[in-house]
Amino acid sequence: MTAHCSTGTTLEPPLAILAELTHRCPLRCAYCSNPLQLDPASRELDTATWCRVLDEAAEMGVIQVHFSGGEPTARKDLETLVAHATQAGLYVNLITSAVLLDRTRLKRLRDAGLQHVQVGFQDTVADKAERISGFPGGHPKKLEVARDVTDLGLALTVNAIVQRHNIDRVDDFIDMALDLGAGRIEIANVQYYGWALKNRGALMPTHEQLIRMDERVRARLPELKGRLVVDYVVPDYYGKRPKACMGGWGSKFLNINPSGAVLPCHAAETIPGLTFDRVTERPLADIWANSAAFQRYRGTDWMPARCRSCDQKEVDWGGCRCQALALTGNADNADPVCELSEHHGLLAGITAADGGTAEVPLTYRSFSL
Amino acid sequence: MTAPQEVSVGEDDRVRLAPGVMLRQDRVRNHWQLLGPERVLVLDDIALEVVRATTGQPVTVREAIDALAAQFDAPRAEIAADVREVLADMIAKGFLTR
Ligand code: SF4
Ligand code: SF4
Repeated sequence: MTAHCSTGTTLEPPLAILAELTHRCPLRCAYCSNPLQLDPASRELDTATWCRVLDEAAEMGVIQVHFSGGEPTARKDLETLVAHATQAGLYVNLITSAVLLDRTRLKRLRDAGLQHVQVGFQDTVADKAERISGFPGGHPKKLEVARDVTDLGLALTVNAIVQRHNIDRVDDFIDMALDLGAGRIEIANVQYYGWALKNRGALMPTHEQLIRMDERVRARLPELKGRLVVDYVVPDYYGKRPKACMGGWGSKFLNINPSGAVLPCHAAETIPGLTFDRVTERPLADIWANSAAFQRYRGTDWMPARCRSCDQKEVDWGGCRCQALALTGNADNADPVCELSEHHGLLAGITAADGGTAEVPLTYRSFSL
Repeated sequence: MTAPQEVSVGEDDRVRLAPGVMLRQDRVRNHWQLLGPERVLVLDDIALEVVRATTGQPVTVREAIDALAAQFDAPRAEIAADVREVLADMIAKGFLTR
């Protein structure tokens, strides 16, 4: 496949696809980044369509697939999809809340070719975790499944989702990952899209909390070398320069939602005026190369003048489009995290209003608002 | 990801691919790679031979170095230095484990 993006350089195939198999999920996490309008089960792609899409992905050069959701294990055909992806030559990751899994099913998934399981943890303390997930009994179940994952020889990532109420326990998260035999921990500060945006005032930590967390994580890194890979996403609300969201729009990753819409990132549906092609209507490689939604912010041509003349433009790619939209009302702006943005002052207002440590009632994720 | 090399590998060690790591030939990009959770490591010719020699069969690092020195008809000390450096880096990055 040869295609060209707007900057004239050859377009590489995506490294990985996120396959959101379903929006169904037994948990109701207040930080969930799924859209407020969830796809119902009746709109989900069927097994045969997913298998075709996995073949197309492998064919175009995709290396890894992440089965995600919602809760991907809510799909009864997950074993079939894992086996199909593996046979197509894809490396298979499962991103799960773990509460629907047991050892027998994990074994079947492993035998089908699954390599890596990422389990999301809301806290290290059960009642605190379950307040965030809205799912009683979830935490001990996650611990049990995580032990089975490593016991069965699969790679385990502990995904620690960090917000104001657990951020001071980042050391405990690391110890928990070591104890479970995880090879990797992802310390992911909540990103404020979807349901998380609704709960920003109840979740966003203070700047002091972030600085303390950062110090603690850095202090642990030398000791963890060769034992635990630490992937650490520092939240940028208090930052000065934006992050290259998704490694650049339409540059490394794509997302397929439960009903088959192909998105440049999982929050892209929040951007008004973008239309998304579906895997049921167009080949995946054609969508990657030519879909209007991918072309819209790919490369540097779309950028505001300040970014276009900036030496960072191919480093951060102007930051996150969804954040620009959420904060400035226009996805065409530079990410306001950038101190050069005329909207940068907005951040101070938001963090002053929403950053805090108080316990504020949560809005739980649900299918009907 | 550049990991400072604080990990050191001895010749009596045995290494293997870490859980969830696999060696794969990428026919689209035309190279070999190690795949792990959320990670891809592109292997050059030397790294590929090191991975094959040390993880392909149950051997010590010493035996793998001996085999590589014979295979490439190269001074053992040179090969040993390369192998230990490559292995330390891959262990630090979590692709290999002892
Ligand atoms: S964030 Fe929570 S509610 Fe949302 S899909 Fe994941 S486990 Fe389910
Ligand atoms: S001006 Fe644009 S390109 Fe430059 S650092 Fe800010 S967001 Fe990035």
